[in-house]
Amino acid sequence: MDHESPIVYDLFGIAGFHVNLSNIMMLTISALIVFCIGVFSARGLKMKPSGMQNGFEWIIDFVKNTINSAMDWKTGERFFGLGITIFLWIFVSNMLGIPFMIVNHETHELWWKSPTADPVITMTLAVMVILLTHYYGIKMKGFKEYGKGYFKPIPYLFPLKVLEEFTNTLTLGMRLFGNLYAKEILLTLLATAGGASVLGALAAAAPMIAWQAFSIFIGAIQAFIFLMLTMVYLAHKVADDH
Amino acid sequence: MPDVIYWGDVIFSLGMFVILLLLLRKFAWGPIVNMMKEREEHIANEIDTAEKSRQDAEKYLEEQRKEVERAKEEAQSIVETARKTSERQGEEIVAQARSEAERLKENALEDISREKEQAVAELREQVSTLSVMIATKIIEKELDEKEQEKLIEEYIQEAGERL
Repeated sequence: MDHESPIVYDLFGIAGFHVNLSNIMMLTISALIVFCIGVFSARGLKMKPSGMQNGFEWIIDFVKNTINSAMDWKTGERFFGLGITIFLWIFVSNMLGIPFMIVNHETHELWWKSPTADPVITMTLAVMVILLTHYYGIKMKGFKEYGKGYFKPIPYLFPLKVLEEFTNTLTLGMRLFGNLYAKEILLTLLATAGGASVLGALAAAAPMIAWQAFSIFIGAIQAFIFLMLTMVYLAHKVADDH
Repeated sequence: MPDVIYWGDVIFSLGMFVILLLLLRKFAWGPIVNMMKEREEHIANEIDTAEKSRQDAEKYLEEQRKEVERAKEEAQSIVETARKTSERQGEEIVAQARSEAERLKENALEDISREKEQAVAELREQVSTLSVMIATKIIEKELDEKEQEKLIEEYIQEAGERL
């Protein structure tokens, strides 16, 4: 149960520069899968779409609609790449941990899992998104307008507004992490129970299937929520009327 | 929760994100979005073309309708003309026939009168001959033939004038 992470401490001799090899591997794999999906979909593009192209166009439309629900398309078009990359990457990462899990039994090192079940990764993405909202807020509205945003609608809300930025970051990252981590924990529990004895396998089979199905749901929903909130935060900073 | 923050992962995931974004843009959604835009334009064009063809078709239909209307009118006028012509011709024919009949009647009358005259002349001749013969028989030898004839001729002439 108590799995360790395969961490390399002080990489390149830099103090504090640790690397979790499992995350590196899983992120690379999910990125590769996303890339392959993209490339296969974009192969032999036709005016009348078929097969993979149709699927990918559906995803594109889906991301487009999500952006549209947060802001108008004229502003939102530049965030489309960000949105679709975040969505697909997180979605595939979420899915990766569902079918199985690879653990090195000698060292108890956990290798195959959802990279999004790691708070460092999710917080990295969350911080990146929040920093991007600030960047685009300043870039598109000017520093003055951006600063004024902290004093709207009532000036004395300023401290709350500042606090909000941090809570937004924290909740955005932690929500994803929490959901996926819970998913992994329960899957691990069920798998351990199933592997312990024949009786355990019988008892665990049905909940395992149910939980895996639910995990797919969670994974999809969380990817969508991350995309949605990214766009909402961006819209808060970028749009004029909010 | 991890005991330490592995900054290597932070940097790696950020880098990976950027790389993935660029690669996806170049190979996946870039071309697909372009294709979608192209299709949008294509469809818009098609709709425009369809609209134009529809308008053209309507125009042609209107033209054809007018054409048919015109043809109908023309046919009407042709029939009218034909009717008039036939009427006139019929009248002509009737008039001609009437005049012909008139002519024939006159001819016939002429013929009749000529025949009558001829018959009268013949009759006169015969009557004279017969009278002569009768007279000869009646007043045989009392008059010579020449004087007799002359006398009879006179009477007959008188009778003819009275006739």
